[in-house]
Amino acid sequence: MHEDSQMAAGSSFLVQLRRRPEAWLLAVIAVVVIVFSLTARDFLTLANIIDLLETYSVQAIMAMGLFVVLVSGGIDISFAATASVAQYCAALLATQLGFSAPVVILCGLAIGVALGCLNALLVHYVRITSIIATIAMMSVSFSLLMYFSGGKSIYTLPDWWTNRIVFWRMETASGDIVRVTLPIVAMAVVTLFTWAWMTRSSVGRQLYAMGGNAEAARRVGMNIGRLQFVAYGYLGLMAAIAGLLQAHRVGESVPNAMYNTELAVLSAAVLGGASLTGGIGTVPGVLLGIVLLAVLQNGLNLLGVSSYFFQIVIGVTILVSTSITVISSRPGRRHRIIAGAPSNG
Amino acid sequence: MAEPPLLYNLNNGLSDLMTRMKAGIPGAHTGLVVLLVLLVAGFSLFIPNFASVGTLQSFMYQLPLLGLLSLAMMAPLITGGLNLAIIATTNQCALLTAFIMQSLITPDSSAGSAAAVIVLALVAGLALCLLIGLVTGTLIAYTGVHPILITLGTKSLIDGISIYLTRGMALSGIPDGFARIGTMTIVGVPLIFLLLIVVAVIVSIILRRTAFGVACAMIGSNIEAARYSAIDTRRVLVGVYVMSSLICFFAALVMLATFNSASADYAQSYLLVTILAAVLGGVDPFGGFGTAGGLMLALAILQVISSGFNQFGLSNYLTVAIWGGTLIFVAMAQTARPYLMGLLPSRFDGSK
Repeated sequence: MHEDSQMAAGSSFLVQLRRRPEAWLLAVIAVVVIVFSLTARDFLTLANIIDLLETYSVQAIMAMGLFVVLVSGGIDISFAATASVAQYCAALLATQLGFSAPVVILCGLAIGVALGCLNALLVHYVRITSIIATIAMMSVSFSLLMYFSGGKSIYTLPDWWTNRIVFWRMETASGDIVRVTLPIVAMAVVTLFTWAWMTRSSVGRQLYAMGGNAEAARRVGMNIGRLQFVAYGYLGLMAAIAGLLQAHRVGESVPNAMYNTELAVLSAAVLGGASLTGGIGTVPGVLLGIVLLAVLQNGLNLLGVSSYFFQIVIGVTILVSTSITVISSRPGRRHRIIAGAPSNG
Repeated sequence: MAEPPLLYNLNNGLSDLMTRMKAGIPGAHTGLVVLLVLLVAGFSLFIPNFASVGTLQSFMYQLPLLGLLSLAMMAPLITGGLNLAIIATTNQCALLTAFIMQSLITPDSSAGSAAAVIVLALVAGLALCLLIGLVTGTLIAYTGVHPILITLGTKSLIDGISIYLTRGMALSGIPDGFARIGTMTIVGVPLIFLLLIVVAVIVSIILRRTAFGVACAMIGSNIEAARYSAIDTRRVLVGVYVMSSLICFFAALVMLATFNSASADYAQSYLLVTILAAVLGGVDPFGGFGTAGGLMLALAILQVISSGFNQFGLSNYLTVAIWGGTLIFVAMAQTARPYLMGLLPSRFDGSK
């Protein structure tokens, strides 16, 4: 048995790779990228890639927060509404009361965390199923935002908020100017932090454990309530960051600008292998999910395909890639269980 | 059952009545009934003409679309799933029906041929819903992927096809005969409201009185246990999503009859409201429990809140916020009930 496994080590690495949803996703992305780089001339240029990164940074940051909640065994639909509320309140503080930058940013983030914690409160103490609690919270917070704002956008954001912050710039051979701006850096920082936090810290491991089996985690002595607040609070924080960055990118605060992005972010996270039943998922996987959707949209745009067509592609992608992932990993899982417990038959 | 003697133990008779009442009120939602009565009473106190025939009629015109969509959402919820594609299915079905009617009926076609085209359009719409339901159900049953994900995919796909083909435009040109159905009444009751009642009763009978309905509830409670009880869970799952899509067909009819047009983005905001309504009506989002009656009660509550606050002159946005608040409040009441019951004197313990 032992020798067998050693002999099979090389091929079992491949088998394991085949079982990882990320590997499949990477393969799909590779195929898509190759197809687009052959058909669309501007696709594989540095300028386009950087542009793509900046466009999707807001969604990627929200996806990182959502990923933590998904791993913890919950689901949250309200983060887009949270982002809008945090953004709009911060914009009001900055324009109406003239608060300084640190105060405005802190208040915005605090609002996000507070709304996230409110979700955790409903899920943990009131014991409402997370999808229902967050749908209810979404309708409450978004509708109140629309009611009190009257749907009016704020165009007079202060300069410190809307001025482009460039970390690095260069001119490509073809004359395009490439800028690495704040959203891209923020996305990189958030992604790295989430990855390190979820894989290297005790809280991160506890979140995985709770998502796998909350009752078992509780009996081992984990504080489930605290973990819920950590997960939903983190998503609230990420949503607020995304909200502030979105206003930074477009230079105005529109109350319903981010409405309806929640299902896109959710599908990206789940495409990347985050399980809706909790306990499973990786940061690189979620990032790949975002990348796939981004590459598809961008490539189709460059090819001049009607944007009406894009939603069809998204639908087919979700259906095909999730089905492939599940079907390809299913026999492997069964095999592992049988191999793990031979004496029990 | 024999009739009990007239003054046979009063207490016994009362508890017997209570159990029968609870069986009669679907899902034993006495709390919801109380809430509904309180709301109606409250609004009639503050709004002079609230409890009038006019309010009741507008109520009956507004309810059917949301009601049918909620029924379409409820069936998958009972099996522990979700169908996010109901609005997309309804819109596409309405678009197809409208397209056939619009392109085949010319001003000079006779009444007979117009009727034949309407029938053809309806059959096509029904077939489309059947196809969508079969595909969705098959994908969910045979891949084992979470229904949220599959229906997110089908929703995106169906919406995409609708938007691509119509370029986001609305289709109008519904024949007069069909459009008139939207305002037709029978003894003062709108026809579309009767349609809702009929569909709700049929769904209720299917879910409560047939082997299929029991199988749905069992799948929602524990799909593994259902499979080991020799239930063909895959076939039942396909059946549930077909049923959900077929209810969307009726929703599409209501939509065509009331709006007189079809578009890819009508009623999109109803999607999450249907889940709210179903859960408020006692449908367990984990599956296994839920009745059409409870759902209708919840819809009545939502509609009363909406029309009541509308007459106060509050905006639609505030109404949606209050709907969400109502759901949280009801869920809190459900969580708090065991604690509150514990505070009551112990003689109430018997009548659970």
